[in-house]
Amino acid sequence: MNKIVLQVKELGKRFGEGCPRCSGGDPTALERNYCPACGTVYALSDVSLDLFESEVLGIVGESGSGKSTVLNCLYFDLEPSGGEAFIAQYKNGNESIFSGSGQTRRYIRNHVFGKVYQNPVLGLKMKFSSLANIAEKMIAAGNRNVGAMENRARELLTHVSIPHHRMKEAPANFSGGMQQRVQIAKALSNNPPILLLDEVTTGLDLSVQARVLDLVKQIQRELSISMLLVSHDLGVVRMLADRTIVMLNGRVVERGLTDQILEDPQHPYTQELVYSLL
Amino acid sequence: MKSLYNYAFFDEGSKREIRRASLKAIAIPGYQVPFASREMPIARGWGTGGLQVTLSLIGKSDVLKVIDQGADESVNAVNIKKLVGKTTGVETTEETERATLIQSRHRIPETPLREDQVLVLQVPIPEPLRFVEPSEETTKRLHAEADYSGAYLLLFEQIMRYGRVSTGADHPVEVRDRYVMAPSPIPRFDNPKMDHSSALILLGAGREKKIYAVPPYTRVVSLDFEDHPFEIEDVTGRVCRQCGAVDVYFDELVDEETGETFFQCNDTSYCLARMNAEADR
Repeated sequence: MNKIVLQVKELGKRFGEGCPRCSGGDPTALERNYCPACGTVYALSDVSLDLFESEVLGIVGESGSGKSTVLNCLYFDLEPSGGEAFIAQYKNGNESIFSGSGQTRRYIRNHVFGKVYQNPVLGLKMKFSSLANIAEKMIAAGNRNVGAMENRARELLTHVSIPHHRMKEAPANFSGGMQQRVQIAKALSNNPPILLLDEVTTGLDLSVQARVLDLVKQIQRELSISMLLVSHDLGVVRMLADRTIVMLNGRVVERGLTDQILEDPQHPYTQELVYSLL
Repeated sequence: MKSLYNYAFFDEGSKREIRRASLKAIAIPGYQVPFASREMPIARGWGTGGLQVTLSLIGKSDVLKVIDQGADESVNAVNIKKLVGKTTGVETTEETERATLIQSRHRIPETPLREDQVLVLQVPIPEPLRFVEPSEETTKRLHAEADYSGAYLLLFEQIMRYGRVSTGADHPVEVRDRYVMAPSPIPRFDNPKMDHSSALILLGAGREKKIYAVPPYTRVVSLDFEDHPFEIEDVTGRVCRQCGAVDVYFDELVDEETGETFFQCNDTSYCLARMNAEADR
């Protein structure tokens, strides 16, 4: 059995104050994930998951189901309203990463996680050269050697097939697929043990999509990185994920091996999702 | 002559508020202290930050010198000197040695400053991270967490683009191993003068409403990389055509008649002092 690299326990994210009617955690008090009495949105409720070493865990669900919110909370882009997350690199996994100060969070972000955003604008500095974009994460991790950082950035950009003569160009001049590949290179720059992928292929044309997926698969095999893969595209999940969890209205409704979920879905929502596949 | 203004233009309460901000700035070297920047009779962006610091500090026994990019006689410097002179009646000077209070735009004088002098620098953009992060809320948090990767990123990008660090002025510095600070748009040539300076250095940004400081004898290190160490502008081989000075910061000028370029001290009072000393000999 591989060891657990990331453990999330009862993660919750609430937008709004909550009221006596909805704060008890009773799902029947809510209209989907929304409390009609006070207007509070429960983006995540009681989300627990384990991520094993060199495993790809897929998260599927319709839009608004809270998939991306899980990643945003883990990458500290959003402050969770409840729950805990443990990684081996932080206090031997004895304390939740959410209890850390801003500085330790930044450390975890720069050393343990790499994230690829759905929208490259969020993950890249569009006006800075691609090399500088990748160096940014290394600088943040304390590297102060230009030569070493440039070499590493070139190596990574070569790995994601960005042509040599365009490496000094800003991602603003790139196509969507190239931007996404620069993001992947950036996320890999510090050899993070955990990669958070948020809809990496959404909006890319099919051939580019295939190339990005190929790259992700290759990285996972070569570097044995663990990945949390958020997607609403079941084809992507089928190809990449070992295990999958299904989310609906901010809750996990089903979990299991990817094949099992796609071939024999149990929850009515999962059944609907799988049978909608063209 | 009876002045219609309170001493040093401001009412006493305003001066006190600015002094309080300055004291806090001195207590936390390199930290940008917000202050209530006043409306001034000159436009924001023309040295109001420095002027407010100067007015809050100036006493009857002070001798004031004002520099504008090395020159004592440019319009901006003269106007500021006149305003302070008229509202305080203090003596003004062009000699760096005689001045007790020196307000400067974009230069630190060539003559080494002493403990009994205060240098006030005018600052247009006090935030060294502004070009990577437009949000003030975020930059404040980055300062709090000492995350200065943005400042290094700007230098890295320059090296990628031009093969070397190309900050013409305002090369960021780290003050006392903690805060990264914009030294105001002084040339890199002047950055080392801030390190362990004998004189107190106060920096005022009127438009951005910030005051910060480098107290005397404080460690100031210019940011750099291991394989790209900080370097000042190379002035080797340059000689001032007027006074023969070397190893100073120069203006490059064109002789309109011959079309030749030549160099001249950027610090006019330094140049003048050297020429006077030559004439006396």
